[in-house]
Amino acid sequence: MEPFTIHTGVVAALDRANVDTDQIIPKQFLKRIERTGFGEFLFFDWRFLPDGSPDPAFELNAPELAGASILLARRNFGCGSSREHAPWALGDYGFRVVIAPTFADIFYSNCFQNGILPIRLDEADVDELFRRSQAGPYRLTVDLTTQTIRDDAGFSRPFEIDAFRRRSLLEGLDAIGLTLQHEAAIDEWERSHGVAQA
Amino acid sequence: MSTPRSLLDKIWDQHVVCAPDGEQPLIYIDLHLVHEVTSPQAFEGLRLAGRKVRRPERTFATPDHNVPTTDRRLPIADPISRQQIDTLRNNCREFGVRLFDLDDADQGIVHVIGPEMGLTQPGMTIVCGDSHTATHGALGALAFGIGTSEVEHVLATQTLRQSKPKSLELRVDGELAPGITAKDLVLYLIGKISTEGGTGSVIEYTGPVIRRLSMEQRMTVCNMSIEAGARAGMIAPDATTFDYLRGRDFAPKDFDAAVARWKQLASDPGCHYDRVEIFNGGDVVPQVTWGTNPAQVVGVDTTVPDPASLETAADRDSATRALDYMGLAAGTKIVDIPLDRVFIGSCTNSRIEDLREAARVVRGHRVSSNVNAMVVPGSGRVKRQAEAEGLDRIFVEAGFEWREAGCSMCLGMNPDTLSVGERCASTSNRNFEGRQGKGGRTHLVSPSMAAAAAITGHFTDIRGWNYQD
Ligand code: SF4
Repeated sequence: MEPFTIHTGVVAALDRANVDTDQIIPKQFLKRIERTGFGEFLFFDWRFLPDGSPDPAFELNAPELAGASILLARRNFGCGSSREHAPWALGDYGFRVVIAPTFADIFYSNCFQNGILPIRLDEADVDELFRRSQAGPYRLTVDLTTQTIRDDAGFSRPFEIDAFRRRSLLEGLDAIGLTLQHEAAIDEWERSHGVAQA
Repeated sequence: MSTPRSLLDKIWDQHVVCAPDGEQPLIYIDLHLVHEVTSPQAFEGLRLAGRKVRRPERTFATPDHNVPTTDRRLPIADPISRQQIDTLRNNCREFGVRLFDLDDADQGIVHVIGPEMGLTQPGMTIVCGDSHTATHGALGALAFGIGTSEVEHVLATQTLRQSKPKSLELRVDGELAPGITAKDLVLYLIGKISTEGGTGSVIEYTGPVIRRLSMEQRMTVCNMSIEAGARAGMIAPDATTFDYLRGRDFAPKDFDAAVARWKQLASDPGCHYDRVEIFNGGDVVPQVTWGTNPAQVVGVDTTVPDPASLETAADRDSATRALDYMGLAAGTKIVDIPLDRVFIGSCTNSRIEDLREAARVVRGHRVSSNVNAMVVPGSGRVKRQAEAEGLDRIFVEAGFEWREAGCSMCLGMNPDTLSVGERCASTSNRNFEGRQGKGGRTHLVSPSMAAAAAITGHFTDIRGWNYQD
């Protein structure tokens, strides 16, 4: 996994609450058996008109947001299904950070598996970021080493993150490899709980 | 005396493999269920890393999301769906995982077949790459959905990294009124605590109303825990649970000894929950969702709410957007909303009791000429049982389509979808935009409410139904 330390990028503001995984990546694109190539289908039903052309009314289609890498959203982002295709699509499209007041649990943890940093900020701070991003391309710097988020016009906030998840992202750790270092403990658990040994 | 512990505490404590300094605890997974949509990349990961499935005998797979519900002898028309199902078959063969394949008599929606075969048991930790894994918590298991990377992690290690979730007790006192089902209850609860009320938590449903629910009704309730934002939902095992499991294929050989163990699992009196919410079963009326998330729900005897009447700006904004998508005007009576389609199925409501409940409503009536209605049993077993009881004939004679088992129009990955603008009364669990087909409009209801709507062509209060039995 690609490590995450400091990232600076343009913010795309999606002013909607309860954005569900069916919107992030609609089911017709879940049939692929690869992990890559989902970016072109991100927010498909919102992004494209029935004739296949981009819908100019959809926030992310604004030309100045073409290279956006930080997504700003409202409460309960990523609710719905467990599909990891959602962070795959966000990552493939170019997002490295998602900021929202709250996230759905499975989506939140799926992000970490894919080098995407989900940041919970107070509702008031999220409001402030929505205001600041209105004026045109708006850039933020997200620093995982110091757990802060800032712009160059005086906005700076700390954010919370589980220490282990932070380390995993900073070091780009292989989760399975790390767990297998505890294989003896797993063997022991199985022995003491009567799980038949292979 | 030791500190009183909750059902969640007991299962959790028993499954912690280790909690190394500075890491999330590793918990052991007893049962891993696998389906075709969220597993291909996980098996591919194992293959690339040269890893094996650690406990193939604790891993079971079935194709359900993509499968056709029409004639199974024909090849699957969509080549990409076919490839996904073939991939599952090949992966199971290569890694030694038991597969209930498309032509297997026991194939079905993964959350329906787990309990019905007795794979799901009290006290277990159960995961699946699917958010509705919460269903299995109805039997007193800790069961939750995971992403594909975690599927790979469980395949390789039979463990998962997890921080202990918070506990949320939802107690339902009193009694449900006649005609009120588990589906109405859970929709009501979601409407009260919101789609993120359970975030970060495992819900334990308690109280006299929950205790009186049948096993299948409990599954309906736990199934939709995720729609309240919770990781999992659970109900302490009791005589209802044990009676349900006795004699099932994978039930423990020494059943009485297992029951003695399972009896220890119930939450101790006075145990601690991080949060407690109390409701009264008598307040629940038949529920109908009007919006595009499951908390946008009202009683059938009311009207579509006015967004302006909602408390927060975000709620007003969501409601306005939802009414626009749903093609509904504030103030419309729910019973005046006409339907084009009716779908009875999904892991929420496709078990035998659901079909019996719907058939009882349908018997002696005909589906409205404006409505296209279908019943999709949750599993091959449910289908055979329904046919043995003659339920299929009741449905077919009334004008319903009777299909093969699968997820079907719950999410429309197979050809069963809504067209743009079509309005559907559905017994499934999600009413998100486009969930049942791009531009489709979904209203979540109970099986009896869906059946009544199919007959009359619009929502109808089941409490006044003219039963013909
Ligand atoms: S029936 Fe619907 S909710 Fe249940 S597993 Fe299938 S797609 Fe998911």
